[in-house]
Amino acid sequence: MTIGNNAGALAHAETSQNVEPPHTNTAASHEAVSSRLPDKPVVVIESRTWLALDLQELWAYRELLYFFMWRDVKVRYKQTALGVVWVILQPLLMMLVFAFLFGRTVGITSDGVSYPLFAYAGLVMWTFFSSAVNAAGNSLVNSASLITKVYFPRILVPAAAVGATLVDFGVSCVPLAILMIFWKVPLTWNLLLIPLFVVLVVVLAFGFGMWMAALNVKYRDIKLALPFVIQLWFFASPIIYPLSIIHGKLRSVLALNPMAGIIEGFRTSLYSHKAFDWRTIGFAAAVAAVFLVYSTYSFRRAERQFADLV
Amino acid sequence: MKPIIKVEGLGKQYRVGARQKFPTLRDSLVSAVRNPFNLLRTNGNSEMFWALRDVEFEVGNGEVIGIIGRNGAGKSTLLKILSRITDPTTGRVELYGRVASLLEVGTGFHPELTGRENVFLNGAILGMHKAEIDRKFDEIVAFAEIERFLDTPVKRYSSGMYVRLAFAVAAHLEPEILIVDEVLAVGDAQFQKKCLGKMNEVAKGGRTVLFVSHNMRAVAQLCGRCLWIDGGQIISRGPSNEVVVEYLSSSQPQKMDGLITKEMHYHDEVAELCFTRIALLDKDSNPTVVTYFGEPLRFRVEFEVLTPLEQIRLGLVINKFDETIVCAVQHTDAAMDLLNLQPGSYIAHIQIDIQLIPAPYYISLFAKPEGGYWTSGERSLDYIGHALAFNVEEVSAEGRAVLPTNALIHPASRWTLEGLEYN
Repeated sequence: MTIGNNAGALAHAETSQNVEPPHTNTAASHEAVSSRLPDKPVVVIESRTWLALDLQELWAYRELLYFFMWRDVKVRYKQTALGVVWVILQPLLMMLVFAFLFGRTVGITSDGVSYPLFAYAGLVMWTFFSSAVNAAGNSLVNSASLITKVYFPRILVPAAAVGATLVDFGVSCVPLAILMIFWKVPLTWNLLLIPLFVVLVVVLAFGFGMWMAALNVKYRDIKLALPFVIQLWFFASPIIYPLSIIHGKLRSVLALNPMAGIIEGFRTSLYSHKAFDWRTIGFAAAVAAVFLVYSTYSFRRAERQFADLV
Repeated sequence: MKPIIKVEGLGKQYRVGARQKFPTLRDSLVSAVRNPFNLLRTNGNSEMFWALRDVEFEVGNGEVIGIIGRNGAGKSTLLKILSRITDPTTGRVELYGRVASLLEVGTGFHPELTGRENVFLNGAILGMHKAEIDRKFDEIVAFAEIERFLDTPVKRYSSGMYVRLAFAVAAHLEPEILIVDEVLAVGDAQFQKKCLGKMNEVAKGGRTVLFVSHNMRAVAQLCGRCLWIDGGQIISRGPSNEVVVEYLSSSQPQKMDGLITKEMHYHDEVAELCFTRIALLDKDSNPTVVTYFGEPLRFRVEFEVLTPLEQIRLGLVINKFDETIVCAVQHTDAAMDLLNLQPGSYIAHIQIDIQLIPAPYYISLFAKPEGGYWTSGERSLDYIGHALAFNVEEVSAEGRAVLPTNALIHPASRWTLEGLEYN
């Protein structure tokens, strides 16, 4: 190859390019950078099968979680006339429909709480759960352009989707409080247990949503199946009816649904209309915890393939 | 010097071809529930393909390294592994510093959010902390020149504004290692120049930069060393100028006969005049990419005229790889009139009597409408930035070695010596 003969000339061209004396500042910063080089690698990239959750890294990226949530909240009601009112409108209108249907015509008992109040509490909880699972389940696929271009802990994506939905949940609790005042619900110590059920529903929604998100990357079927599954789940949960109207075997089956314990428990802590069913609640908590652990594991396993598959 | 990036035996395997089939949604769900990551495992009926294989290199702290190669050579896969977007199949990378990767400007921009909001979002995605963005915010906005539109959703931005803002955010990252892929492929020529300037600044600031580009001029100008990747392996490495020329002149055999391919045209659409082929000719009129020092440069340029054209001017520019323009010659130099051409194929023969100093060069071609000339502003009918690369040897055709010089030109000179009277 003749190009080799030119090495001298090339080296020469290079020196003439570098004749310009380096700026003193840049030289100094160069020094500073070199001296800062750590002994151990900051990052080692290798082929891995699965990874433990790197909590330290997650902490370092906490601001990004916040920014993702902030983006989701901000964008959701952009260019809508009613804006955040939609958050309240959805469960409120659902409540009116069910109150008319069941409260007036069919006459479902509601454990002694007036039906609109009963239904709204369940609907608020359910609306959060279903939107969180749906948002989290589609979050990775919707962030495909990010996932293939930038590194960050992928778990932030479904986490932010759930987090942004939690903001909506907070907003839809305002009319709940107003309804409670309107119906003169007595204040009890049970109200202090509300956070417990919120935590449970968040853990369950995050666990399930994260699992769906990882599957969705590989199987777009999830995107189609998820709304349907959620729809069925709605009827299998004691949202517009109390668990107490179901008897026998069917009741034990329905109690296997973790949302049963969470919704009933949430309602009990609000209205104190009956005793807590700790067995169902405990079961729901266990299911939520197991889901979270399993989902985290499988998410981390699948994570390294996301960029190639999405 | 201790390396900041250490790559050992790196490989990445992809599966191509048939996947395991799931005929129904039910089967798919059942199988997915039973074993969610079944498909991620290798299965027999598909072919494996190594996008990257046994890649080994080290990058010193503060070095600016170029990575070049054809499309699909494995450059992007390498960058994706280094920026931790995807895992390698084999091998190991050690990074002794924080990495920020810029594989596309505007990653994570949300069209509904305003410019101001997107600066924060994009900054956070690229790894900046809020306090850091706060501190640099004014600088970013000033660089992007979008002060007046800060509170407008970016979906209403012109594409130029969008790209400017996106690049401005990225340009203010301060990682120890910066990975850049084809960022400069966007925006107009003026903005590209600005980006290049900023890249230069970043590089001179002592940061380690990995720069992947098809813009050979940018690579040769910015990078000290260069890796040439083909078929997933490093083919050549060394000083950028050498590797770039080696790549340009030897990677594609059609380079010798100077075929001008579709992607070499500067404009996406060439509807009136289209350069099709360029060749540098040796003294026997055969195409070559190497010429001896002192030989006249003879080019043959073929082009097609697609619609009747009037008053056009053709030109050829000789550039050095550090972006210095050596000369720009135009057909009217030879006392020819502006051309009126009917549709058809044409061949132009050009001879330039210039003694270029031994170095690598590349040729640009242009055709201007309506009496336009090289530096006039109107859009060219066709413009080929990198039509042909060639080398001027350190020896003349007679084998006489040329003394090294750091001058720009080496013109022929005639010397006579008279004996002076002396007593």
